[in-house]
Amino acid sequence: MADAMRSNGKIYVVLGVVLIVLAGLLGYLFFVDKKVTNLEKKIEDNS
Amino acid sequence: MRAIWWKLLAVVLLIYTVVAGLMLEVPRLDIVNETIRNLYFHVPMWFGMISLFGASSWFAIKYLRNPDIKYDIYATQFAHVGFAYGMLGIFTGMLWAQYAWGTWWHGDPKQNGAAITLLLYAAFFILRMSLDNGDQRARLSAIYNVFAFIAMIPLLFVIPRMQDSLHPGSGGNPGFNMYDLDHTMRPVFYPACLGWILLGFWIATLRIRIKLIEEKYDNEKAPFNTGVNIPLDSHVRTK
Repeated sequence: MADAMRSNGKIYVVLGVVLIVLAGLLGYLFFVDKKVTNLEKKIEDNS
Repeated sequence: MRAIWWKLLAVVLLIYTVVAGLMLEVPRLDIVNETIRNLYFHVPMWFGMISLFGASSWFAIKYLRNPDIKYDIYATQFAHVGFAYGMLGIFTGMLWAQYAWGTWWHGDPKQNGAAITLLLYAAFFILRMSLDNGDQRARLSAIYNVFAFIAMIPLLFVIPRMQDSLHPGSGGNPGFNMYDLDHTMRPVFYPACLGWILLGFWIATLRIRIKLIEEKYDNEKAPFNTGVNIPLDSHVRTK
């Protein structure tokens, strides 16, 4: 088991890396979602 | 599809999955050791795939009952994301198998069943690419979609359960019973499944919305009015 990694606190580095990756990907998804919403509103305004 | 609440829920659940998945206690088992934590990342890929393919077949049936092209779009995009989840499930499973079981591909019934399922759905996409006519393509792919989903059920749920295997949920026992899944892991595993499933639906709905915009644009054949009226020949110097 990764007891050594936990006792010296390095596990938090792993956690941090994964959270950064996750935050980046989810943030990108939100960005795309907002962009698509704007496009849909544009179409509604034109029709 | 524009609602935010279930997307925020997905974000919260996924962050919880990562933090709890890495930090909380897990059973100390031989051989698998810390990789048991893959349970929170590998297995939800499959539940995600199954629910996405289920949604896809649902809309395929809806199309067959009422041939509105939007159901065809829904069904196809759910199948796309389901396929992506399936590929991720296969690759994560192979990596896990290499270090826990000793080989990348064990020939285990569940591995083989999953691979066959993905081949069936790959054929679905190839079928769509081979047809041009919108309605015919939608109808044939809807029929095939339902067939592929029905075929997936014995491949993933029935046959693997009947044979002995290293995969949990084999040799006649269902998986996730009290002998297979420790009570310390369930509080992370179930929210993880929900989080990953919601993420899959989010990505699928985005694809659907983009496809619907494209369809509308093609149908109206008019560029978006941005409010700025530039004559189309304003770049020409001599008129």
